[in-house]
Amino acid sequence: MHEIGIANSIIEAGQTEAARVAGSKLVRVGIRIGALAGVDCDALRFALTALTQGTELDDVDFEIQSCPRRNRCLDCDEVFVTALYSDPCSRCGSETSVLVGGEELDLAYVEVEEP
Amino acid sequence: MTVIPVEKKVLSENQRIAASLRDRFEDHGTLCLNLISSPGSGKTTLLEQTLGGFRPEERVAVLTGDLQTENDAKRLARYGFPVQQITTGGVCHLDGKMIERALERWSLDAIDLLFIENVGNLVCPSSYDLGEEAKIVLLSVTEGEDKPLKYPSIFAKSELLVLTKVDLLPHVPFKMEEARANARLVHPGIEILELSCATGQGLEEWRTCLSRRRETALQRICAARA
Ligand SMILES: [Zn+2]
Repeated sequence: MHEIGIANSIIEAGQTEAARVAGSKLVRVGIRIGALAGVDCDALRFALTALTQGTELDDVDFEIQSCPRRNRCLDCDEVFVTALYSDPCSRCGSETSVLVGGEELDLAYVEVEEP
Repeated sequence: MTVIPVEKKVLSENQRIAASLRDRFEDHGTLCLNLISSPGSGKTTLLEQTLGGFRPEERVAVLTGDLQTENDAKRLARYGFPVQQITTGGVCHLDGKMIERALERWSLDAIDLLFIENVGNLVCPSSYDLGEEAKIVLLSVTEGEDKPLKYPSIFAKSELLVLTKVDLLPHVPFKMEEARANARLVHPGIEILELSCATGQGLEEWRTCLSRRRETALQRICAARA
């Protein structure tokens, strides 16, 4: 389950970012996971909890935002959410579009309590 | 409370390593291909056939990843080319650091074509860039033709889909046209090859495809240096 590896990376990155505010305490980490990132959000949530339980990070809140697959229409430039791979453009119905979003595996923000 | 915007890739450390590996491959003119599939789709068998087809003086090497055993490396080492097993100890993918560490034992000057046989898994390896020129995904006809839809990420990121074990088609319910269509839904530009290591069908096309990729990569590197 590679969600454990990813959870580890998230925890490490969150701590590194929080450490930029000297003496602060990490309280929340915002993560964005795209539908095509190959990450199971439930498994990731489980891994984050399992890895922080009983540590100093026990009450850090991990906020996971899921990002759908988005395509940009090559005819009218509309960016639209598409569940299937071949959905036509939601504005003009064109069937030619390119993938522009849905692969996110991003650390969006950290929230810290200052000393 | 202070919110600090970060906006960083979670795997940015891996991406940094992958970028440096990519630079090294480019510098040495090494074509690196990352083979990914479920367990049992025939990556090792295809590599055996591939290695068997090279002349001894050709500069080919294989890094093969596995959770625990070194069996694959033993099978591949018989062909006389450098082979290293990366035992991940339970981790279900190879990452950039593992490749970097393995390459400490080799000089890329002596390698023109490097195969990475990833851990058998269609999910996790898709998240980790190894600095490769291209990912190649294998799908055997003993699996479902809906795999591209179930695991879109790896099919979307692979440049080539190799449909393996096609000699078994008469005996399995695999719908070839549907598999191809599903792969194209996820990745319209994906190149598709059908082959069987048992009968040799498609192996010639596979070899042609390898030499074409190598040529294209070399041309690009030369153009960048000129
Ligand atoms: Zn449109």
